[in-house]
Amino acid sequence: MAASMLFQVRRHCALVPCLIVATRQYASSPPSLFNKFLFQLNQRFLEVEYLIRLSNWFKNRDVRRKNLIYDYAQKKYGVNVAAAYSILKLGGGFRFAGQTEWFRADSKGKFSFDFVNTPDSTIEEIDLSRTLINHAGLHNLTSQRKLRSLSVQGCPEVDDWFLAHLHVFSETLQELNISHCPRITVGGLAALQHLRKLQQLDISSLPQLQSPGLVHILIEEMLPHCKVIGAEYDQGLQIQTDSQEPRDADSLRHAQT
Amino acid sequence: MTYTFRGGARQHVVCSTSPAARQRESQLKIVAGGDQLGSEMSSCYKLLLHGRRYRALALLTSNRCSSRSLSTGRAVQKDIIQDLENQFKAFRDKVTAAMPGSDWSPIELTRGLPPERADIVIVGGGVVGWSIAYWLKRRLMSRDALRVVVVEKDPTYSQASTVLSAGGIRQQFSLKENIQLSMASANFMKNINEHLGVLNEDPIDLQFNHSGYLFLASEASAHIMEENYAIQKELGAEVTLLSPTQLKERFPCLNTDGVALASLGLKNEGWFDPWTLLNAFRRKAMSMGVYQCFGEVTGFRCWTQNAETMDGDLLNIKRIKYVNVKMPNSLEYQPVECAVVVNAAGASSGKIADMVGIGHGPETSMAAIPFPVEPRKRYIYVVHCPDGPGLECPFLIDYSGVYLRREGLGGNYITGKSPEENEEPDCSNLDVDHEFFQEKVWPLLAHRVPAFESLKVTGAWAGFYDYNTFDQNGIVGLHPLVNNMYFATGFSGHGLQQSPAVGRAVAELILDGGFKTIDLSAFDVKRILCQEPMLERNIV
Repeated sequence: MAASMLFQVRRHCALVPCLIVATRQYASSPPSLFNKFLFQLNQRFLEVEYLIRLSNWFKNRDVRRKNLIYDYAQKKYGVNVAAAYSILKLGGGFRFAGQTEWFRADSKGKFSFDFVNTPDSTIEEIDLSRTLINHAGLHNLTSQRKLRSLSVQGCPEVDDWFLAHLHVFSETLQELNISHCPRITVGGLAALQHLRKLQQLDISSLPQLQSPGLVHILIEEMLPHCKVIGAEYDQGLQIQTDSQEPRDADSLRHAQT
Repeated sequence: MTYTFRGGARQHVVCSTSPAARQRESQLKIVAGGDQLGSEMSSCYKLLLHGRRYRALALLTSNRCSSRSLSTGRAVQKDIIQDLENQFKAFRDKVTAAMPGSDWSPIELTRGLPPERADIVIVGGGVVGWSIAYWLKRRLMSRDALRVVVVEKDPTYSQASTVLSAGGIRQQFSLKENIQLSMASANFMKNINEHLGVLNEDPIDLQFNHSGYLFLASEASAHIMEENYAIQKELGAEVTLLSPTQLKERFPCLNTDGVALASLGLKNEGWFDPWTLLNAFRRKAMSMGVYQCFGEVTGFRCWTQNAETMDGDLLNIKRIKYVNVKMPNSLEYQPVECAVVVNAAGASSGKIADMVGIGHGPETSMAAIPFPVEPRKRYIYVVHCPDGPGLECPFLIDYSGVYLRREGLGGNYITGKSPEENEEPDCSNLDVDHEFFQEKVWPLLAHRVPAFESLKVTGAWAGFYDYNTFDQNGIVGLHPLVNNMYFATGFSGHGLQQSPAVGRAVAELILDGGFKTIDLSAFDVKRILCQEPMLERNIV
């Protein structure tokens, strides 16, 4: 209803389309009016720099809280309990070695503290899909020397430095899922060479990879015993024939002149 | 009035007029460059028609040239402009007299002149210089609390060591300070967007490649590697030792003949894009109010005081009052009055130290010891080898001195080697010696990685090391004989990777009077004057 009225107004008034165009968002995100204002102030006052840093600090507060290093818990309850607690706090799930049941937090983030009673059992599988884990939070898990499977599918804070830190699990880690992580680049994938026991690696849908097919081949060469899931070999390849034709036409034209 | 002719070719143009007329004509004419008379005329018109450009007159008084004038009408116009120019000059003088201490001027004569007064002048706008500027600004709570000027002589950075380096970062050093500096720098790069992110600008992507350094040691140097490994482990660096069999298993492409031990960095090592890091520092520092100035430091005006040592030697203690900054492509220079000078000029920091008079004292005294940093030319070759190691290729450093790293994914590699002390190349230019690759690099490279027996050199460049001839380590601190010149130079090839931490250390030294986070007192200038080298125990 509102849309049809808008169209009617649009037909009668020439200014309206101009206004609509003016308020439309650009394809790449332009700075908001507030940001522009802040930018102007920033050129005169260093204090704005502190404001920006403070606002960033507040924005990242959630990430930092979720990735706290549980030193106290490690001392009081042991490293395994601290690791389990950090996983549940992040909203992920895990499975102890020799058990079949998974510990997970419910939809409200609540979980039972049964794992405190078994401080000696180590974690074998971790599922941290779609959580806020980053390289700092990984410190809590480095004590788990029997970790066999790790999934960080769709984690926005997982970056190359996170992958570089995974070398601590080089002796045990067999399955790794890093698909749908928006910040992983090929520079971080090179660090996976230390995971010599890796048998399965999921690298599908990594938006920062320029040529996923080539990276797929290179990773298979780097880790010969590993099955790589994800990118097809020809993904990201440019078909040469398209670029060839205009060149031929150009050369023809040169030949004629 | 006196005037000079720029070249012999132009002299015949004015020969037919009387001296008085010639003099007037020479006042009329200004030549902005170019050898053709026509272009001179057109530039003259341009200067006359565009009223704003008459300020160029002031600059050209020193090298004013003459050519034939065809009209008298312009002479009157020009005289008016000359009068105006004088009036503006008088006005400028009046304003400066009325507002002492302010460097505001109603007419800006030259673009890009540095401010007349500054608190800190950083000589050298490489990555270390900009890092120092950033950390200085970061420590302060107000924009104008400290006026920092960064002087860089190369506006395009075409010869800057920062951008011509291989861009590696490693923690496999033997000195505690070097390991700490590199670890702190890696942590800085980890959170680079929190440090150097600028409002309304894209986030920084360093293109960090997390492939560790792989050092190979021969039988003779294996024990050094073990000792270094113990120090690195103690400081928390994540490094592992590999035996030749393990090495062969991990890197099947390597030939392990002659290798007794290898050490591989597991974390915080790799390579990145130096240009991105430099620009990120520069962008951030400038957004925080650091002045950037393109020009060359040509000299210092110092204040000297005599002092006597315990042994009875007389020493001149200097304090820099003014730094003379010469504008690029011009004879004009600006003395910048300053409180502190930071010498971060990298390869030319020895020259800068020489200008202050370091090393010119009487013989056998401390003042006669020259500053031991000089430029050394290093070649980097880009080779293409389709059969070379793939994604797993580390930053390989062989005990023979040859290094190798991957560049991109298309089978390109970067390689090079430090020449022997007695065959250092000439440092006056940046030409590449391709025979050096054929004779010195390739045989060693092909021996270590047999796949490189067939390769194609696709490119090469040369860059300068800021080579510390005394002990090949950084020099960070205040010079005892020039008591306001701080040094942050002489890193001999690892300045880029340590720049974030070095900048912080120098900022602490200037603002707090001592090191707070990483103690770099071992890198002080005093070790040169006392002749106590801090040598890195190298495997190479």
